[in-house]
Formats: sequence, C-alpha cells, structure tokens
Amino acid sequence: MVMLWTDALIYLLLLTLAALGFYLRGKEHIKRPLQKISSSKVGMVSLVVLLFFVLIGLLDSIHFIPSNSKNNEIISVLDYWATPLREHGEKTYSAPFATTLYSKEMQTLPDGTAQFGYPTLRFGGSHLTDPTTQLLPDLLKKTAYGLFQGASLSSFFMLLLFSLSTKQRERFKRSATAKTVWAVIFFIVSLSYTLVYLSAYYHVLGTDKVGEDVFYQAIKSIRTGLVLGTLTTLIMLPMAIIFGILAGFFRGWVDDVIQYLYTTLNSIPSVLLIAASILMVQVYMAKHEADYTSVIVRADMRLLFLCLILGVTSWTGLCRLLRAETLKLREMEYVQAAQALGVKQSMILLRHILPNVMHIVLISVVLDFSSLVLAEAVLSYINIGVDPTTYSWGNMINGARLEMARDPIVWWSLSAAFVFMFALVLAANLFADVVQDAFDPRRAGND
Amino acid sequence: MKPLLSIEHLSVNFGQQTVVDDISFEIFPGETFALVGESGSGKSMTALSVLRLLPNNAQLNATAIHLQGDNLLARSERELCKIRGRRIGLVFQDPMSSLNPVMTIAEQIVEVLDIHFDFPAEKNQQRVLELLQQVELPEPQRRMAEYPHQLSGGQRQRVMIAIALAGEPELLIADEPTTSLDVTIQAQILQLLKNIQQQTNMALWLISHDLALVSNIADRIAVMQHGKLVESGCNPGLFEHPQHAYTQQLLAALPRLESCNNRPAQERQPLLSVTDFKVYYPIRKGIFKRIVDYVKAVDGVSFNLQQGKTLALVGESGCGKTTLGKGLLNLIAGSSGSVLLDGLALHELSGDALRQQRAAMQIVFQDPFSSMNPRMLVGDIIAEGLHALHPEIKALERQQRVQHLLTAVGLPKEAINRYPHEFSGGQRQRICIARALAVEPKLIVCDEPTSALDVSVQAQIIQLLKQIQQETGVSYLFITHDFGVVAELADDVAVMYKGKIVEVGHVTQVLNHPVHAYTQKLLGAVPKLGGVTP
Repeated sequence: MVMLWTDALIYLLLLTLAALGFYLRGKEHIKRPLQKISSSKVGMVSLVVLLFFVLIGLLDSIHFIPSNSKNNEIISVLDYWATPLREHGEKTYSAPFATTLYSKEMQTLPDGTAQFGYPTLRFGGSHLTDPTTQLLPDLLKKTAYGLFQGASLSSFFMLLLFSLSTKQRERFKRSATAKTVWAVIFFIVSLSYTLVYLSAYYHVLGTDKVGEDVFYQAIKSIRTGLVLGTLTTLIMLPMAIIFGILAGFFRGWVDDVIQYLYTTLNSIPSVLLIAASILMVQVYMAKHEADYTSVIVRADMRLLFLCLILGVTSWTGLCRLLRAETLKLREMEYVQAAQALGVKQSMILLRHILPNVMHIVLISVVLDFSSLVLAEAVLSYINIGVDPTTYSWGNMINGARLEMARDPIVWWSLSAAFVFMFALVLAANLFADVVQDAFDPRRAGND
Repeated sequence: MKPLLSIEHLSVNFGQQTVVDDISFEIFPGETFALVGESGSGKSMTALSVLRLLPNNAQLNATAIHLQGDNLLARSERELCKIRGRRIGLVFQDPMSSLNPVMTIAEQIVEVLDIHFDFPAEKNQQRVLELLQQVELPEPQRRMAEYPHQLSGGQRQRVMIAIALAGEPELLIADEPTTSLDVTIQAQILQLLKNIQQQTNMALWLISHDLALVSNIADRIAVMQHGKLVESGCNPGLFEHPQHAYTQQLLAALPRLESCNNRPAQERQPLLSVTDFKVYYPIRKGIFKRIVDYVKAVDGVSFNLQQGKTLALVGESGCGKTTLGKGLLNLIAGSSGSVLLDGLALHELSGDALRQQRAAMQIVFQDPFSSMNPRMLVGDIIAEGLHALHPEIKALERQQRVQHLLTAVGLPKEAINRYPHEFSGGQRQRICIARALAVEPKLIVCDEPTSALDVSVQAQIIQLLKQIQQETGVSYLFITHDFGVVAELADDVAVMYKGKIVEVGHVTQVLNHPVHAYTQKLLGAVPKLGGVTP
C-alpha cells in the first residue's frame, strides 16, 4: 500500500467528518435541519449522486504497487478493477462503440497489398467476426443483458436489505422520499453495471488522441475533481473562520491587519499567484529529482500544491462574510450578557460566536465545492492546472479543444467531461440549495 | 345612522390555525372606534382582511364586509385598488420602514394623488403642501423636497398620515400608530389624529394594545382575545364596568401611577454611588482620524442607589439611559467618572480581576429574543456564569442550583433541557432573570425588561422582580420609558434628558409633584385610564 499526500489528506478529512458527526450526534439544533434535508426529495437524490461520485473517488484513493508490476507503477483499487479499460489502448481516436479508428490510414493487408482505409481496433469490438452486420444486434443484446444483470443484482441487494431490516422496509412504505431515493440507487447501479459490462467489449465513450479509453479517463477524473473541491475547502476553512471571527470580534488593529491582508490578496490576480506557485513546485521537483521518481507522485504533488494555492487565494470571500456576521453577533445581547457574567473572551468566541456562524460556513463550503471543480477546468485550459498526466476533466477538455475544428468533429472527449462534470456540479448545487434552506435560521421558525 | 363599515362573521385561518374567529362589528361615520387586544389576538389581521391585504396563505371567510352598503367581498382585486387609499386610508406602526428611503416626501404623496386623482402637476404640489400643513409638519415647504432619513420618527409618522389622508378617505385605519414613538410624540400624534377627524368628519379605526391610550381617544372600544371579540361598548362605560373576565384581567394588569402613593421613603446605605459618569463617543474626521468632537451619550451623571431598593431611570429614546446602564457594567468603551459598587471601583479593574468581580452587577435586556444564544440549552445558559466564575462547583451541584433558580423564577425544572425558542417572550425573560440571579449579584440592571411584553405578562414579571427583591435583597437599576411600571416598582426615580439627569427623588414626590419642566411634560403626556384627551 502506498499513501500519496492527497490520499493522506482525504483520509484525514474522512476522520474529521466522522469525528464531527460523532460530536454533533443528537444535538437538537443540528438534528432539525438534518431531518428537513432527509425529507427533501431533491436533497436526497442529489446526495445519492454525490455519494456515488465520492465512492468512486475513494476507491481511486487507495493506492498500491501490484505484485506483478513491471516498472513499480503505483495504481489504485479503481485502476486494478478497471485493468482491461486501462490496458485496452488503441492507436488513436475512435468514436464511441466503434470497431475501427476514426481516420483512414495506409495499412498492409495480410496478403501484402497496401490499402487506404479504416483500420480495425485492437480491442473495441474485436470479438465480432463481421462488424458491419453484427455490431448493432450485438450491442443491443449486450446492453439488454447488462441491464438485466445490473437490475437483478441491485434488486437482489435491495430485497435482501428490506428482508433483514424492518426499519428500512417501513420507511420505504411510508415515505415518498425513500421510494425516490431507492429508485435512483436502482437506476444508478443498473446503469453503471451496464456501462462496465459493455466497456469490456467496446470503448463506450470512444478513445482519445493516444488511444486511451475516454470512459476510463472520465471516471479517473472524478477523484481529481473531488480532491480539488474538498481539500481546497479544508485549507481555506481554518483561515477564513479564524481570521473572520477574530477580525469581527476584536475589531481595532486586529481587524485592520486582517482586512489589509485580504484586501491585498484579493487585488492580486489569483491566476498569477497560481501560475507562480505551480512553477515553483515544478522547479523544486526538478531539483530534487531523486525524491520524485514516479510520475504519479509528481502529479500528486502538483495537485496538492494547486489545492494549497487555490485555498490560499479563495478564503477571502468567506472571511468577509464571517467578519460581517461576527460584527453583528458581538453586539447581540447574549454576548453582552456573557461578558457581564465574566465569561472569558475565548469562551465567548467558542460558545457564542462560532456556533452561530456555522450555518454560513456550511452553506459556503458546499457552494465553493462546485465552483472549485469548475475552476480546475479553466486552469487546465491555460496550462496552470493539474499535471498534464493527471486525469482531470480540465485536461480532457483541454486535449479535445484542438479537435473541435476538425471535420468530422471529435466530440466524445468534450461531451464525456461535460456530462460527468455537469452531473457532479449540478448534484452539489442542488444539495447546497437544500442545505441552505435547512440551516437558514430565519426559516427555522416557520416549519 | 347607517354604519360606514360593517363586518359580519369574519374569520381568518392560516391552515389549521384560526387567527380571527367569527367577529362582527360596525363603524359609524365620524366616530373613533378602537380595537384593543394583546399581541397575536388578531387585531391587525382583522384590519388587513377588510382591505384584502392578507398574506397569500391566509383564508378569509365572511358573510359580508360592507363599506356604505357596498359589499367589498364582491369586489375584484382591480376594483379594490380604487378603494384602498381612496376610501379607506391606512397608517402602519413603524414609520421607519413604511416610507421609501429613495423618494422625497413630496414624491411619495404625489404617488398616491396620481393613483386616485387626475390633478395637473401644480395642483399636485399645492395639494401636497396642504396635506403637510394639515398634519402640522413644521416648515412644509422645505420638507417636501427632503428624504425620509432627514425626518425624525414623529415627523415620519406625520408624513405617513398625510399619505393616508391624500385620498380623502372616509375611514382611516391606524394600526398601532404610536407604538414605536416616545410618549410626548405619541400625545402629539393622537392630538393630530383627533383634530383631523373633527375637521374632516372621517371615521377613525384605531388598533392598539394600550388600554389607557384607547380610553383617552376612542368613542367606542372592542376588546379582542385569541381572535374573538370578547366585549365591546362605549367609552368610558366599558372600562368603568367591564363585564368580561378578560377585560377585567387586562385592566387589573395595567400599571397605575397611583400605586406608588403609599411606598415609604427610608434612607439606607448606598450600594451604588455614581459620580460624574460620562460616556463620550469621539467623532473623527480627516485622513488622520483626528478627534474633532464628541457625541455625549451620557454627560456627567451622578446618583446613589440604595441597598435593596429600586432606582428607576426614566427617559425617552435616545436620552442615553441604555448607554448609562451598559456603561455602569463596563460593557462599553469610552466611559469615565467614578462608579463605586459597595466600595469597589469596577471601572479601575481590567482583565481577569474585572472578570472575577463581574458577578456583583448583572443585566437583564429588553429583547427576550436576542438575549439568549439560540444554540444553547436553557440549563447551559443559566449555568454559564457559574461555569465562568465558580469553576470549582461540581456539575451535579451546578445542575441543582440551576433547577432551584428555574423554580424561583416560576419555570418547570424540565426547562433545563430545552432551547430558548421553545419558550414565550415572558418565559424567556424569566430565564434571563434566572441567568442574572445565578451568580448572586448585588445589583441587577434591568434594561426595559417588560417593554417587549404584553401588559398581563408585564404585570407577572414585575411581580416576580418584586418577590425576588424581597427574598434576596437585590437592588435594581430599572431603565424604562413607562411611568406606570415606575410607579409599580420603583422606590426612587431619576429622569434623564439628553444625557443628563434632570430630576432625582422619591417616587411619590417625582410622580406627584414633578419639579423639572421636562418631567412635567413627560408625565403630562402619559395616557391615563379614564383621563381626559391628552
């Protein structure tokens, strides 16, 4: 087992979340909004979609060096399971479900003559003897078969769960939200099973310029998106919370210093900062080449630094919000009452201010997540994003953009990145809306 | 005489909840009809349902609502727009938020004129001037071009009345028109409404929670409770011989100025002595933020508060009484002067030494909704002071003390594990009192603790404060604008005006024989039950 830096941070994040969940369990003011979220259809469906993405991201975060590895290559559990996808490389572009390459080239036939035509793929549809006639029936047959298998698999597990747990069964019967959630889970499991099943025979989303499977790329990009979205927030949160609350509560010179800091930081174009710091990491790694032998370790280092620098440049917005809210809260009468009771300032911050700004933190974390995923795509486009060898939606789009001018157009890389990114960001945004509604104290009264 | 407005069997529901429950009454031309009741009794909803201005989720049921024989229920929304503002005018409670801050006074009045009349521009301007003169706004010519923020609260309410009068209505609905105003301004506004009514012979429908005020101005009074009309009758007959138990209860709860008359004056040891206390806020200007002047919120105040007694600090809003209270507790910066609490100068301490001495002086705030952390349990809120000042006390003992305190302020012990939002305003104020009592203070500063409460709840809280004083011998510095409460509770009174104390003395002396002109003016403006029109 190999632990990359970002892996370690992801595990740390999971541990923190678990600890937070343990600490908040049973707290009345947290329980009520959570119940509100759990009764919202949109909220729960988007949560299921998010969790599905997270699951894939987590599988992709357990790295090891396989025993039969030839060149000490580090792979993840997801890579291991998707070995066929990973290794079924073609020569260059091929369309989804194609059996030949996308462009004609000179090829030598077995009888020695040369012919200008579409070469057949090495893996995609290679089980077919006559692709022109067999492709469509085989495709339909395999899709139906995959759907059937996926559906029976998920129904089996759902029935098993319902027969074991009366509580779940009751909930399913009573609540419309539970029905929708299970329907969505059923749909996702069946669909992904079918896709996985099909991808053993075809390139479901085609191949890219160097012949790599786009479906594999899109799945691998999930981890990059999640890491960027979550780790950046993790880095930004402490700064935003501590600075924001201190500035608002103590005012005076503390406020001046912190305001000066974030106003300055805000007026530097963040793209410049990001470019500079990525360059510094590159130089550092070039100087210490011995420590960064593996490609994946280098790429991971760059990803980590991208998170760091994005975190450093993006805490100012939340900090401003928290400062303003704290300014308001410190004038609240319960804070003055605590002062009159001789409560220490540190305790006032911890017990009276912090819990009352947490709803803002929660809302902005979920909102920032989606904007960070999108920011990665933009940064990769101008070549200061993640390492070019890292799978990311930004890199996919960047690689595909040159082919947009081509006739016939190569559309699948771009579309795949778009669909995956769209699903993740839409789910995160919808979830953020529901979270915002549930935790907004002004709405707490009228339910 | 035919009624101007008659309401028959009106009910308003929000889902399952009934806020107005089958009420019927009539208003005659030229009369002043008052609808009184405590908060949440459905008075405002009744008025809004006449104009069909209810929130979207409300359901209105009524047999008929007639305005001079014209059934308003049968009118479409379009036709109602011609009635709103034209035949029925409306004045709201809060003049601060009822005016549009980006429009001048004249523009806002012209807006109404344009809707209902077809005057040329010069006629509009002339009419605006007339209206402003009618509501006795000083310098109407100049005020026309000004914006709402340039006017005081009383002046804004005059503008609101001018807007309501612009359509020359037959009925003016005034929904708590003076609640957010000072008592002297309140008297002026009521006088103005009465004058205008006599000039124009329009009917006035006054909605209020203040029985004394209503008894001074109304011709007929109706009392509402939980959405029902419990009693109605002519003034002064109704309040002299109330038939319904609720009316009797309301009248009994009303604090009376006479209640102080047999309170003995006796000299005791002073607990708190304040000499030349000042709170100045610097006004800074220029790039170097030089101090050019000061806002003198509290300007050289001296008084003594005796052990186990109550000193009431009375004054209108903005006179610096709350600032003085918080300044005494050392909760705000910029104070100077000597404050001796039991011989200890709290203001010369700082840091931990100050924290340790905090227990001696506590505070109870006005707003029961913002004075407790919504994220903390009631038990933790009350125990907070014990936690901070006596960390040596064990958890079990602390809990017993909290339970004891809850019983002392008349709340069930189970309240310990509940959140503040589960309690009503009066109950929350009890929790705040328990929190202050937890650290066994010698002095509690009560900053208008009853002014956000209904009159019957106010009476209970005053009773509780008196009882606690008898049991523990704690002293109160009671900040208020309400002379009725002063008479019920205080031993001594200090009257504050523009940051200075203008009169101090024993309560009977100050209330019955005020010396200073300002005190006389204040007392003269207080509406008294059964008294003459102010």
